[in-house]
Amino acid sequence: MCIMRQGHKEELMEFSEHIKTANVEDVVLHQPLHPPSRGTLCITGHHLLFSDREENSTRQILLLLRNIDAIEKSVENLLGYSSLFSKADYSKRISGSSGTITVKCKDLRVLQLDIPGMEQCLNIAHSIETLSCLNDVSEMYPFFYRPSDLSSQDQWGLSSSEKYYSEHKELHKRWRLSSVNRDYSVCPSYPPAVIVPKDIDDDTLKKVAKFRQSGRFPVLCYYHRKNGMVIMRGGQPLTGANRKRCREDELLLQAVIDSSDKGYIIDTRSSQQVQQARMTGGGFESKSSYSCWKRLHRQMEKGKALQESLIKLVEACGDESQNMDRWLSKLENSKWLSHVQTALSTAGLLAECVERDGHSVLVHGSEGTDCTLLVSTLAQLIMDPCCRTLEGFLALLEREWVQAGHPFQLRCAHSAYSHVRLQQESPVFLLLLDCVWQLWRQFPLALGFSEALLLRLATEAYFSNYGTFLCNNDQERCALGVKEKTYCLFHSLLKPTEKEHYTNPLYEPTDLAIWPSVHPQSLQLWRGFFLRWTPQTRHLEEAQEEIRNMVIEWGKVALS
Amino acid sequence: MEHIRTPKVENVRFLDRSSGQRKASVGTLYLSATHTIFVENNPESRKETWVLHSLVSSVDRPPPTPSGSQLILRCKDFHVFSLFIQQERECTEIHTALNRLTRPESYSELYCLSFNPNVNIEDRAQSWSFIDLMSDYKRMGVPNNLWVHTAANSEYKVCDSYPSELFVPKSAPPSIIVGSSRFRSRGRFPVLSYFHQDTLAAVCRCSQPLSGFSGRCHEDEMMLQALMKSNPGSDYIYVVDTRPKLNAMANKAAGKGYENEDHYSNIKLQFIGIENIHVMRSSQQKIIDVGEMRSPSMTDFLWGLENSGWLKHIKAILDAGVFIARAVADEGVSVLVHCSDGWDRTAQACSVASILLDPHYRTIQGFMVLIEKDWVSFGHKFSHRYAHLDGDPREVSPVLDQFLECVWQLSEQFPCAFEFNQRFLISIHTYVYSCQYGTFLGNSEKERRDMRLRDRSHSVWPQLWKDRSKYTNPLYQNQLSQNQSQGVLRPNTSPYCFKMWKGLYHHMDKSVPPRQSPADFLSAVREESHQLEEELTNHQERIAALTGRPVTWEKVQVPRRRVSQQWQRYLGPDPPTTYTQPITSPAHELSSKAANHKAGTAHPHLTLPLGVKGHDPSDLCTCSDLESGVADLSSHSSSGGDDGKDPDPYEAASTTA
Repeated sequence: MCIMRQGHKEELMEFSEHIKTANVEDVVLHQPLHPPSRGTLCITGHHLLFSDREENSTRQILLLLRNIDAIEKSVENLLGYSSLFSKADYSKRISGSSGTITVKCKDLRVLQLDIPGMEQCLNIAHSIETLSCLNDVSEMYPFFYRPSDLSSQDQWGLSSSEKYYSEHKELHKRWRLSSVNRDYSVCPSYPPAVIVPKDIDDDTLKKVAKFRQSGRFPVLCYYHRKNGMVIMRGGQPLTGANRKRCREDELLLQAVIDSSDKGYIIDTRSSQQVQQARMTGGGFESKSSYSCWKRLHRQMEKGKALQESLIKLVEACGDESQNMDRWLSKLENSKWLSHVQTALSTAGLLAECVERDGHSVLVHGSEGTDCTLLVSTLAQLIMDPCCRTLEGFLALLEREWVQAGHPFQLRCAHSAYSHVRLQQESPVFLLLLDCVWQLWRQFPLALGFSEALLLRLATEAYFSNYGTFLCNNDQERCALGVKEKTYCLFHSLLKPTEKEHYTNPLYEPTDLAIWPSVHPQSLQLWRGFFLRWTPQTRHLEEAQEEIRNMVIEWGKVALS
Repeated sequence: MEHIRTPKVENVRFLDRSSGQRKASVGTLYLSATHTIFVENNPESRKETWVLHSLVSSVDRPPPTPSGSQLILRCKDFHVFSLFIQQERECTEIHTALNRLTRPESYSELYCLSFNPNVNIEDRAQSWSFIDLMSDYKRMGVPNNLWVHTAANSEYKVCDSYPSELFVPKSAPPSIIVGSSRFRSRGRFPVLSYFHQDTLAAVCRCSQPLSGFSGRCHEDEMMLQALMKSNPGSDYIYVVDTRPKLNAMANKAAGKGYENEDHYSNIKLQFIGIENIHVMRSSQQKIIDVGEMRSPSMTDFLWGLENSGWLKHIKAILDAGVFIARAVADEGVSVLVHCSDGWDRTAQACSVASILLDPHYRTIQGFMVLIEKDWVSFGHKFSHRYAHLDGDPREVSPVLDQFLECVWQLSEQFPCAFEFNQRFLISIHTYVYSCQYGTFLGNSEKERRDMRLRDRSHSVWPQLWKDRSKYTNPLYQNQLSQNQSQGVLRPNTSPYCFKMWKGLYHHMDKSVPPRQSPADFLSAVREESHQLEEELTNHQERIAALTGRPVTWEKVQVPRRRVSQQWQRYLGPDPPTTYTQPITSPAHELSSKAANHKAGTAHPHLTLPLGVKGHDPSDLCTCSDLESGVADLSSHSSSGGDDGKDPDPYEAASTTA
């Protein structure tokens, strides 16, 4: 409870209207991997707290309400149903009404609460329903969370465009740091500082921004030290039906490459899709206007299709039937692994253009806030050893997802269990983590972080004590004072006490690129995440723990 | 030798398809009495590939092309080799010779009997005494006051497919044994397979009763009664018929079938539904085909997996084992297992149950004992099932493959529970098919005795034991994993727990991951850690010897590079293959050639155990694990085919990469 104490008062005042019943005794909790236990259930503005009352144990389960994706409630107290009850249920019914709430979490856990008293049960259910989907970001828990050990924060975050620019001196000859977006007016979803070609001035950038979706003009996101090639990303050009051109946009791209050279544009949509996009004002870089750039199309699913894929997969994983054919066909039907395959192969293509063929690449889809980021992140992991350390990876995520304007708030509002009508939800970030896990599995020595980190991030993006994944972009975070009023997840993951858990004990840095196989047989279901709450996963965790121990032991031998 | 008319062909192009090699290497082909040997021309590597004739399951000859004729060698260990021979005539001769050589007609043609290295007779005798089944029975506490040794089958009088040494309930006199055996298919009467000391319950095995529609046999009923009585903790037994109930009923028409519960008091009949050998044979062919698909999409792959039904069958076998283990360990009830003849599905179910029940069988030596007991001694028809001789193809079926795969699936679920790794299982698989040792020859103990195998060949087990360091799972039996390595295993058999065993089908060679399981993944570190410890001790000893006093090191320079090298297959400036270009692009061939060259140190693919080349056959798995420099990334073209498929009307030519 200690972590809830501070800021508790204001919290209580604000949320009390949603809480009719705050405490219920004699609740039975069923949770995976544990026997059912009896205890007291407490509901606060942000948490569900269950304390086990059995035999001097003081086990507590603290569940962030934001973690709850959906609930199902059933109450039993109608005498007319008596014929339906078996004898065993009879005594329970006699002793009074009761209800059951099934809590389905965003971390894919399913809990069941048996609550005595129909009214209490309905009150609790109502509170959970309301409090778990409050939309006002400033009311969310990160604004109330006060960790005991992170008393003051010197800085927020690990990386930024400024830092990246200053760390890569090689960039300075041809690239500059522009603060054209310092007040977020040119591109609301970009950070204040971006890296652009030196020859392109801020006025030109403003014009380019008008020609790119959501003002997302092409910016540098990766510099490949080995050959000086870069990865740029942006939004789609707004060529429209009548093939509008933008001189400044063409200039900017020309400035990226030497006149003699050529660049690649990887469009995360099929060529058919980009033709259609023209009808709604979008489009693509045509050969005639961008003669030095070659377009490659890779159709990647996003948005609703991806969310539905996740829902189907989670549904398949929860299927209790013992039928193998059914499982395999459901797994196939979910298409999740196909999405993993496409993402990794597109990232491989991008890395190949840069690393092997030595060309600079511009990546975009339509908005450039989803698949674009997915591909550019994975390509950097493939090519750049600096991104493969724990710190490097977190910094990469911060630059490529948090600051680059992936709309976490919209994408991660709900997960696979939600009954709410889907709006902008889409598990793009989860797909990224899955792809990174595939890399981690294929190259168990090459990545400096552990599966535990990926699992932690997969849940933190959906619900968190920290402010890192709040809001949709830098501008919104700035307006709400996220950096001042909340704590940074990345810093907490790097605390000495936490860090060990998130590092890969077998990490062995290599400067070489790690090329993933995208053969269907090489890709596997991420059991650690999707089947996290099955006992089988427990055995695998034991094995991981064993590995860690062995390496520690091994280290002792090496030092002895 | 009379079958070989062309012992040597030059300028043959050779392709190891199973390891993902895409550019054929040029070299010389030799045919020997025992092997097909290919030696690369490349003066730097001179890579040799040895293919044992008895491991070749088929030699196909597709229609000739202008560049020459092709032969495709498909091996029983799932390697596939292509040979391109320029001269039509030579190809025909090689084809004819191989067709004969790979289909031996008598045991004496097999490698372990035809090849007679100069070896010590004592060594040979010792190799056969390495596994002693009687001491395993003793280990499980038999004989005791419930189970006794019977001499009924000495000289294989009662049942010629059973071993001579058997254990039966104490209350079953020879008359009942003989009577019961007359009522059981092939005389395979109920005997003890595993005795669980904790609960005193037992796993017993037999074949189906010859009951037909109404037949009954007093002695057989007595026999089952005796089984029940030899477990003081329970007043009934389970009879597990591992067949689908429909199949069992169909057998009634042929005068066989299953126990009528009205005739036998105190039995509970349970059908498990493992399909017959014919279904399994075609299922395995389908899963091999899945592996050979050129550039499958994820959908193709998962459909193929589903349509093969393979994992469904594996699950059924594991379910059978789980049922038996639960009955014995949790309920304390003895189980009698049978199928039709009691040598295929029964062997699978009993041995899976034993693995779950007894941690000893999860050790390297224990696993050898288990195979020797439940499979070899109880008359699993190795020579028929694994086509050691040219015979009825309908007798062939991957029964033991499935058992090994069940164990692999378990080891994936319990990474710390087994002392051995998948290389051990794969090596056993290879030895079962290759006939390099006498262990798996023949179809019963009697046949092996009549062949005098112990005088004419070696047992495989000492060889495997000698190489145990290679087969050891580093995660086994450490402090944390005690609960996996001790006691009864209770696996989850939900469909999502089953995976395709890429390691066995060499699918992993086509794809990138050098290591699959967490267990495999650690071997290198463990080995290294051991080596380091040894090295340290050696150094200390040596220094102590030199200086006369013990030395402690400040710090040891850790030679970690060795491990990391194994992982660098797909690290590097060039992707294993391109994510854009079609497979045949010349640029790619260059790069793959380079990659091959880098990785391809000479490893005879199938080597000889007894010193012909001095290579160890188990090298095979380790090498192919780490070797192939090229991955089949052709799937890129399927996921990335947009360029070609929807051409941009304005710039169709330019968008195609």
